[in-house]
Amino acid sequence: MSGIWRDTARRLQSNRLAMAAVGVMLGIAAISIAGPLVTMHRFDSLDWSSIAVPPGLRHGHWLGTDRLGRDLYVRTLEGTRISLLIGVFAALMSLAVGVAYGAIAGFAGGSTDRWMMRVVEILSGLPLIFFVILLTVLFGRGVFLLLTSIGAIGWLTMARIVRGQTLSLRRREFIEAAVAGGASPGRIIFKHVIPNVAGPVIVYAMLTVPQMILFESFLSFLGLGIQEPHASLGTLIADGAGEMEAAPWMLLAPGVLLAVLLLSLNLFGDCLRDALDPEEH
Amino acid sequence: MRTIRYFLGRFCGAVATLLAIVTISFFLMRLAPGGPFDEEQNLPADARANVEARYGLDQPLWIQYGRYLGALAHGDFGPSFRYRDVSVTELIGQGLPVSATLGALALGLALLFGVTLGTMAALRQHSAADYATMTLAIAGIAIPSFVLLPFLGLVFGIYRHWLPVAGWEGGSPAHLVLPVFVLCLPPLGTIARLTRASMLEVLRSPFVRTAFAKGLPLGTVVMRHAMRPALVPVAGFLVPAVATVMTGSLVVESIAGLPGIGRYLVQGALNRDYTLVLGMVIVYSTFLIGMGLLVDLGYAWLDPRIRYLR
Repeated sequence: MSGIWRDTARRLQSNRLAMAAVGVMLGIAAISIAGPLVTMHRFDSLDWSSIAVPPGLRHGHWLGTDRLGRDLYVRTLEGTRISLLIGVFAALMSLAVGVAYGAIAGFAGGSTDRWMMRVVEILSGLPLIFFVILLTVLFGRGVFLLLTSIGAIGWLTMARIVRGQTLSLRRREFIEAAVAGGASPGRIIFKHVIPNVAGPVIVYAMLTVPQMILFESFLSFLGLGIQEPHASLGTLIADGAGEMEAAPWMLLAPGVLLAVLLLSLNLFGDCLRDALDPEEH
Repeated sequence: MRTIRYFLGRFCGAVATLLAIVTISFFLMRLAPGGPFDEEQNLPADARANVEARYGLDQPLWIQYGRYLGALAHGDFGPSFRYRDVSVTELIGQGLPVSATLGALALGLALLFGVTLGTMAALRQHSAADYATMTLAIAGIAIPSFVLLPFLGLVFGIYRHWLPVAGWEGGSPAHLVLPVFVLCLPPLGTIARLTRASMLEVLRSPFVRTAFAKGLPLGTVVMRHAMRPALVPVAGFLVPAVATVMTGSLVVESIAGLPGIGRYLVQGALNRDYTLVLGMVIVYSTFLIGMGLLVDLGYAWLDPRIRYLR
């Protein structure tokens, strides 16, 4: 196992695109944490002497301010951090649910597997996103509901991937040996099945992060996600799109940052897949 | 015979799924706090009771549900609670042509260009054109429509007055360019990547080698032999693609100020306009589920090895 990971890491390191994507990702994460420390403005402090000023160094608002005189440099970085956190947490949530569900279905096999997968099939044919929109509108807009509902969408594909892998693992000798040795199903799933499906799972989890960030921004853009005075990249872009003509800088900074972030996350996930499975691509 | 039975079964399943969605949405909305007439200022209690009685809200929930289903069976989505004197059927009837035009154009273009670009990339694997196409495909998937559309509007509409930034104007081509372009990019990117991957696999298979061995030219081999089986994964993506275009349409319509049905879902839910939201859920679900049925039908044509068992 460790040999595969070492090979993967080596292939990734020799891929300049992957390294660039990692650099950009880490860079954005680092600025979003350290960036707000080097300015005295806070994300919700109002500066009445500079309302909607364009970016500049003289007035101390490096990326300009919005209609309420709030500093966009701080707000964009805070928003990036919130978007990143939500993306990672939602991806972890769909990872946990999807892996558990898929491993159980694949390992149990037979009619249990058929029914569990039927549920996944029906759910993925439904307009789940519209349900999430309904839920967030109807039942308030807390971060918890936001996370659960975003995560609830992501686990379906993960469950399918893990189930397929588990099915093919189930007939292998080391699993049969574990069964013959009297190991409990839970132990077999956690000790033998899950470590062996890690490759595709990690790749898909990596690709889930940008999907989740995109989806959170989408909800926030519709006004259903993060609420004022806090901001995510989605809310900032929504504000900016409304002031596009008069204050284009309000759109540009968060928009470019979100686009670059999603692009590098997607590129890295892709490179990771190629590195883990060089035969196929 | 078996095929017909299979599709009858699938169709009944689709209707049952739709009914389940309607039921869940109906009761879900009633669970939510607040009602459609909460925002009326200082409405006396008896006046409010009158209004609610007019819309049948004073009846027990299951009677309301039964009445709704009864009306639905006759194709009647009921009156809107918010937009007075307009029925939900009329609201959807006005907005749907706009949204459907937008969505159909975006999906059609995504299929056309996605398959073309993906095939070309597969035929020139590892060339500069291949890498350029795939990088663009990822960019199309990654860059959100709500970033791209305002940005393009800024460049082409405000700095250069080439295209209108917003508006519909009866669907004039100039007003369609930016929204359709932005809407088709994400599915286009995915379709190009799927086509490339499956085309590469099909091109390596024995029957393609045989076709080349017969001395057929490249174009004939690709179009007559390789294309259909290579499109199977693309067909599988069509249902998610419809969902992508629908959600994208919510955002694009709101940014470009298009009079589609996108605004009704969020607005309707905020206003507790029960019938309007249910109508929207039904419209969206019908499109998605219908697409699923169509794709299932298409599989057998794409790949003759696929048989409808069960």
